[in-house]
Amino acid sequence: MSDQSAPGAASSSPPMVRMAGVNKHFGDLHVLKDIDLEVARGEVVVVLGPSGSGKSTLCRAINRLEPIDGGTVEIDGTLLPEEGKDLARLRSDVGMVFQQFNLFAHLTILDNVVLAPTRVRGVSKAEAQERARALLDRVGIAEQSNKYPAQLSGGQQQRVAIARALAMEPKVMLFDEPTSALDPEMVGEVVEVMAGLAKDGMTMVVVTHEMGFARRAAHRVVFMDDGEIVEDTTPDSFFSRPATERARDFLGKILTH
Amino acid sequence: MDVLFGNLGEYLGRFGGTIGLFVISAIVSLILGVVLAAMRVSPVPAMRATGTVYVTLLRNTPLTLVLFFFALGFTKLFFYLPFFLLAVIGLSLYTAAFVCEVVRGGISTVPEGQAEAGRALGLGFTQILGLIVLPQAVRSVMPPLTSVQIALLKNTTVAAGFSVFEAGGFYRAINERGGSTLVALLWVALGFIVLVLPLTVLQRRLEMRWSVSR
Repeated sequence: MSDQSAPGAASSSPPMVRMAGVNKHFGDLHVLKDIDLEVARGEVVVVLGPSGSGKSTLCRAINRLEPIDGGTVEIDGTLLPEEGKDLARLRSDVGMVFQQFNLFAHLTILDNVVLAPTRVRGVSKAEAQERARALLDRVGIAEQSNKYPAQLSGGQQQRVAIARALAMEPKVMLFDEPTSALDPEMVGEVVEVMAGLAKDGMTMVVVTHEMGFARRAAHRVVFMDDGEIVEDTTPDSFFSRPATERARDFLGKILTH
Repeated sequence: MDVLFGNLGEYLGRFGGTIGLFVISAIVSLILGVVLAAMRVSPVPAMRATGTVYVTLLRNTPLTLVLFFFALGFTKLFFYLPFFLLAVIGLSLYTAAFVCEVVRGGISTVPEGQAEAGRALGLGFTQILGLIVLPQAVRSVMPPLTSVQIALLKNTTVAAGFSVFEAGGFYRAINERGGSTLVALLWVALGFIVLVLPLTVLQRRLEMRWSVSR
């Protein structure tokens, strides 16, 4: 499916995500080096790279969970402020799914999904619950809505986390290694939900090691190494004709296993 | 037995005073302690500093001195308040410092990812603290929090030294009437054991209901 054209690329509306000249240091370590990245509306971008390449930091910098030292981040044409209420409001438009699920441990599955719409958006409890049930149904967790996160499997928890993010009706979804903490047999169910979202036209930035998802659902592959974007191309050309030695090296390591 | 039954009214009345002191001070100290803990983890440096100074000052001062200040100094410096109220203020302020430190310990047991998930959803600092972090923090520190409150219950006897009508003063009243101080003290001790038991049961109940498994 790598031949599908990137949606929104031709339209005149601003890109959904735009990073320009983003830099980030952890002490002496330069983890993001002059990152420029644009993600169009409806586009699915998969970020690949060896561990320590800065791909997770890049993903977290998009909604400023990771503060940056320089450069700008725009969401749907609006500059992301450094802190305060405006940042919180913009963040509420950016869904995020974490490697460790991070479901609220003291709340039921339903309350996990209901919390933010009622508290951030002021949606009535009844309406939020109705929408939460629909979303949980969509990710296949409807029967578990009164359980607590710890009572669910990893794959189920991650699907709830996706539903929780979707409940805010985000403009873009960030996935920070969503399947890396899962047992192998549970990866498929989460990838399935993500592929469904991609098909429905959600704008997505996905940091992952799931090459299957990259081949199947991505419009673009961004390959990072050592804090830089080394390649930015279609999945087809990345996997079959990697342009750089570093990408060939990376692909050689992961594909020969 | 005569010591008790001959003075049952006084005994029960004084324990009523103890319970009154305890219940009010417990509620005030829990609320104030949680607020202080929130201040100590807040991103605002002035708030953190205020919380730190408060805890250092109150936790490092003997309770007797704190109560002395309120019983003797407060009325002179500011305005008149009945001893009972002064004792409640002193006990609450003192205990709040301990509640704060226990709750702060609980906050550090809540994984960073919980707050991050809240931030990513667009919740503000106060909402993250109040809706996500504190509920989990308090649940994880029920045993030490109960211990702090049990200590408060027993600390109410210090207020007896300041003419507050409560159980700690029972032996002195008996002594003045020519009764046995020792027997009176034993009855008071027994009374406290009976009072602490329901607190322990409450702690167990809440722990069972709130056990957050990860």
